[in-house]
Amino acid sequence: MPQAEPLLKVEGLQAWYGESHVLHGVGIEVRQGEVVTLLGRNGAGKTTTLRAIMGLVAKRQGSVRFEGQELIGARSDRIARAGIALCPEERGIFASLDVTENLLLPPVVRPGGMDIEAIYTLFPNLKERARSPGTKLSGGEQQMLAIARILRTGAPLLMLDEPTEGLAPVIVQQIGRTIREIKARGITVLLVEQNFRFAQTVADRHYVMEHGQVVDAVSNQELAGSMDRLHAYLGV
Amino acid sequence: MLEDLLFQLELGLPQVVLGLVNGAFYALLSLGLAVIFGMLNVINFAHGAQFMMGAFVAWMLLNYGGIGYWPALILAPLIVGAFGVVLERTMISRLYKLDHLYGLLLTFGMALIIEGLFRNEFGSSGMPYSPPEILSGPPIDLGFMFLPKYRLWVVVAALVMSLTTWLVIEKTRLGAYLRAATENAALVQAFGVNVPRMVTLTYAAGVALAAFAGVLAAPIYSVNPQMGSSLIIVVFAVVVIGGMGSILGSVVTGFGLGLVEGLTKVVYPEASSTVIFVIMAIVLLARPAGLFGRA
Repeated sequence: MPQAEPLLKVEGLQAWYGESHVLHGVGIEVRQGEVVTLLGRNGAGKTTTLRAIMGLVAKRQGSVRFEGQELIGARSDRIARAGIALCPEERGIFASLDVTENLLLPPVVRPGGMDIEAIYTLFPNLKERARSPGTKLSGGEQQMLAIARILRTGAPLLMLDEPTEGLAPVIVQQIGRTIREIKARGITVLLVEQNFRFAQTVADRHYVMEHGQVVDAVSNQELAGSMDRLHAYLGV
Repeated sequence: MLEDLLFQLELGLPQVVLGLVNGAFYALLSLGLAVIFGMLNVINFAHGAQFMMGAFVAWMLLNYGGIGYWPALILAPLIVGAFGVVLERTMISRLYKLDHLYGLLLTFGMALIIEGLFRNEFGSSGMPYSPPEILSGPPIDLGFMFLPKYRLWVVVAALVMSLTTWLVIEKTRLGAYLRAATENAALVQAFGVNVPRMVTLTYAAGVALAAFAGVLAAPIYSVNPQMGSSLIIVVFAVVVIGGMGSILGSVVTGFGLGLVEGLTKVVYPEASSTVIFVIMAIVLLARPAGLFGRA
């Protein structure tokens, strides 16, 4: 049976920040319904890969195909409309908007996203604090809000950039449950993580990045047998 | 001594009320500047020229098209706003990646060109524009003074327009986009919002506010090419005092400083044209971000 084209297919992706050349030909594939992680040390190019897919770097080359559609030349708003949503590393919660306004900010790009009631069921804290300014929430709540607001859009591919960074273990567990819930709904996730232990609890496959390139790919089942290799890459 | 002062104030109350009329223009103009600065990070020095264009378009609609005050109050802002769209798309949008100063220089240059063109065409003596019939009858007796109906209308119209603008920005979905884009435009765009188009329309809206103020001003001041540049300097002081980019700040400070100016005319008339700048200097020293600005 011929393999259908993956939901997201990135080939030879190069990106620059000003003069510095950050990505040197990144290639990844994410199939419908998968949770795939990008692992790697600080500065390996993981965040830049997500930003380049989203059209948030000034200069990029190569190919980003989503549902068979080439997006390398598209502006970020069109990429979002095509069905890719980003939860940025710095979370990007708006201080001048309250929690509800933050939640309702990203336009719905496709039917089938979570409605506000389902989101409040998943994140009861957000309902309690609906009228608080977005940045008055705790770090964990802000992360929930940043994930929740892209769940509303109906985008079939969510890119989460280090959602567990700097959060308490109990919150990390809650985010893990959220990602499994997202996956159960058939939404595809591309996840950037430094927290390798966390990644293995949620992901189907892992890519390892180094110096702006993908250097290895491991499925979650092979993980146990590849530990030494991964430790060498990640220095953990 | 105190009685003396009270007596003087009572005599001066009309000046204070008239100060409120000036304040209405300060508020509307600084509001437009605040809307533009918040979103574009551009100090729109062409604002005075666009105010003047609003008055002229109203005058032209009447004299060339026979279109009266009330339609002009809507049409002139739309026409001048459309002119703003062209300016933003063709020129201003090229400067967003550069320092604020370039936007200021460009819009200042545009202001000079626009004013020059109008002076060339219409001369600088000024042309009359009558208030609409319904607002031109006998003045209203306020007890301590007779206030021309039209001036009362100006204050009411400016208040309603300011309140509407504030509500749109603070309470609607569109306003949430604007506030969010002011904080982080790239992210708002990455959520699928067409931010460049929103920026263009925001500029147009700010320009339309200036033109609206211009139409309001046409029956009070004579319609002349300099009417904007004499007002805009004071308005910039108002914006600095209120805090750059603050919507509420620009409205409150606009009306407030109009009142202060009026009061000064009563207490010490010689200082009335400088009092706003003195306040500006004090505010800059004590709160550089302005009374309502976030540092």
